Amino acid sequence: MVLFSASVLTLLGFIYWSTAGYMSRQADETIKAEIKGLAERYETDGIGGLTAQIADRLTAQQPGDSSIYLLADRQLNPLVGNIDRWPRVREDEQGWFNFQLGGSATKRIHRARARAFVLKGNFYLLVGRDMFELEDTQKLIIRTLSWGMAITLAFALLGGVMMSRSMMRRIEMINRTSREIMSGDLTKRIPTNHSEDDFDALADNLNRMLDQIELLMDGVRRVSDNIAHDLRTPLARLRRGLESLRMSDVKDESRQDLIDNAVNEADGLLTTFNALLRIARIESEARREGFDRIELQPLLRDVGDLYGPVAEEKGLVFTLACQSSMTLFGDRDLLFQALANLLDNAIKYTPAGGNIAIGLEEGSRRVTICDTGPGVPESEWDKVFQRFYRLDHSRTTAGSGLGLSLVSAVAKLHGIELSLGSNDPGLCVTLQMPA
Amino acid sequence: MRVLVIEDDHDTAAYVVKGLKEQGHVADHAADGEAGLHLATGESYDVLVVDRMLPKLDGLSIIKSLRLANNQTPALILSALGEVDDRVQGLQAGGDDYLVKPFAFSELLARLEALVRRTDFEAPTTILQVADLEMDLLSRQVKRGGKIIELQPREFRLLEFLMRHSGQVVTRTMLLEKVWEYHFDPQTNVIDVHISRLRSKIDKEFSQPLLHTVRGAGYVLRAS
Repeated sequence: MVLFSASVLTLLGFIYWSTAGYMSRQADETIKAEIKGLAERYETDGIGGLTAQIADRLTAQQPGDSSIYLLADRQLNPLVGNIDRWPRVREDEQGWFNFQLGGSATKRIHRARARAFVLKGNFYLLVGRDMFELEDTQKLIIRTLSWGMAITLAFALLGGVMMSRSMMRRIEMINRTSREIMSGDLTKRIPTNHSEDDFDALADNLNRMLDQIELLMDGVRRVSDNIAHDLRTPLARLRRGLESLRMSDVKDESRQDLIDNAVNEADGLLTTFNALLRIARIESEARREGFDRIELQPLLRDVGDLYGPVAEEKGLVFTLACQSSMTLFGDRDLLFQALANLLDNAIKYTPAGGNIAIGLEEGSRRVTICDTGPGVPESEWDKVFQRFYRLDHSRTTAGSGLGLSLVSAVAKLHGIELSLGSNDPGLCVTLQMPA
Repeated sequence: MRVLVIEDDHDTAAYVVKGLKEQGHVADHAADGEAGLHLATGESYDVLVVDRMLPKLDGLSIIKSLRLANNQTPALILSALGEVDDRVQGLQAGGDDYLVKPFAFSELLARLEALVRRTDFEAPTTILQVADLEMDLLSRQVKRGGKIIELQPREFRLLEFLMRHSGQVVTRTMLLEKVWEYHFDPQTNVIDVHISRLRSKIDKEFSQPLLHTVRGAGYVLRAS
């Protein structure tokens, strides 16, 4: 506000200085021109002509005309003119007399400004101007500018207050929404007024951030619900086993079985927890320190080596088509784990007599794992990578529902695009390696 | 064997020491890093079980100090951290094996026995023999009772590992790590299929089975 006032003041000061200056310069020029005219008249018509001319001018003078004329002899006694005596001040450096006029009953004192000219024959000519008109004009300018400044400042103040009030209102709106969200209502959003200003952009960004947080919160909630649900069953089985073990009438051989079962249940639970922790670590850390250039061909051969006999044992035809070579920057063990999980699934769900094929396409940088099992309906394609998600028909087979989540986490860490497709019949999993 | 267990968690330490003693081994226990390093340098052990996170001095520093003092006692690192980087760090520090908590005692025992055995046969062998089963490492030929047995390369490596550790229980995880050389958690017992294939080749036509399944632990190759 102070800065604004100062700049307005400077602007108006400049306007005043230039107009007032122009006006006084204009007056000075007029005086000089008149002296020149009168001097020329004296040259041609002598003192008589000059006197007549001055007398003419004086009689023709309109009221309000502020010209001053005085012709004096060498003792400075006035001969003709509209002031009664030669001014008793000295000229300034530029040859100007600045003196005061009036002081009578009718006229207030005002400033006058004149210039003297010495004519040949020792006559003195004084031509000047009463400055009251100029002063009045200048006063008028000052008054106008002052009002202008006052009004400008008043409007600026009003505008400023209104602007900051609207700003405060919108900040308060953001604060209120934040408080509501902090108190637990994550569905609240900051209202926007579609003006596309900075506040709207801020609100938009905050809202988008809130959407993301809500999505993540939902994910966490769903996962913990699933954990609670999926781990309760094995825990209940474990408890039931231990309970029957406590009963005294259990025979020794069935006691051993019960202990084995309990240990297996506990191992299964630990496996599930380890898988969850591993997925979480892989997802959260995105660390690549252990990464190395990995040849995919030997990796696929090793997976095939390990799982091929398992597939054949189940009566499946297992083919591995990887003649070409391809490298990937990654973690050897994690990639092996992901491929093993995919193969494990394929073998588990494909009925005897089916096919399982692994392919490596060098040009498109793709690895495919196709089976002739029941496949996955298209509507479920993106859901199967969620933790604990299991298709209805797979509920009865063994498995934690975490295998594909781990695959998905590993793929994300390596920048591998994972997609499902139909093998008609069966499922094709495609791993699109990053370029 | 003489085992030093450096572990600050009292329950885990008691469980390991009790288990080792029941198996007829001698086990000492140190509850922090300094005491552990002191015992490991002062006494002579066959193998060390070192927890990674320890008060006063961490497990990796203990092993590094021992190796700098030219003490080559094999060490198995126990850790709650199981990711690849952690394992690599542990092995780089001079550890010989790495086991993630929680673990089955049978797994720990099998690994300790494997570590102790490894230091035993420093001398290069070209022929491995268990009962009438014979493996020539140079010609890569396997015979049982004078009859040649054809094996796939991976089956050969599997049998070689079992023969080198004959009489010892080896776990499925150990086989995956040593024969397939991948650290991963199989969702199913994939190893069982390979073992049964191997078994059908080396045991099927012979009266005395050599490859046995040890309930709840793994497999063992032995004459009786």
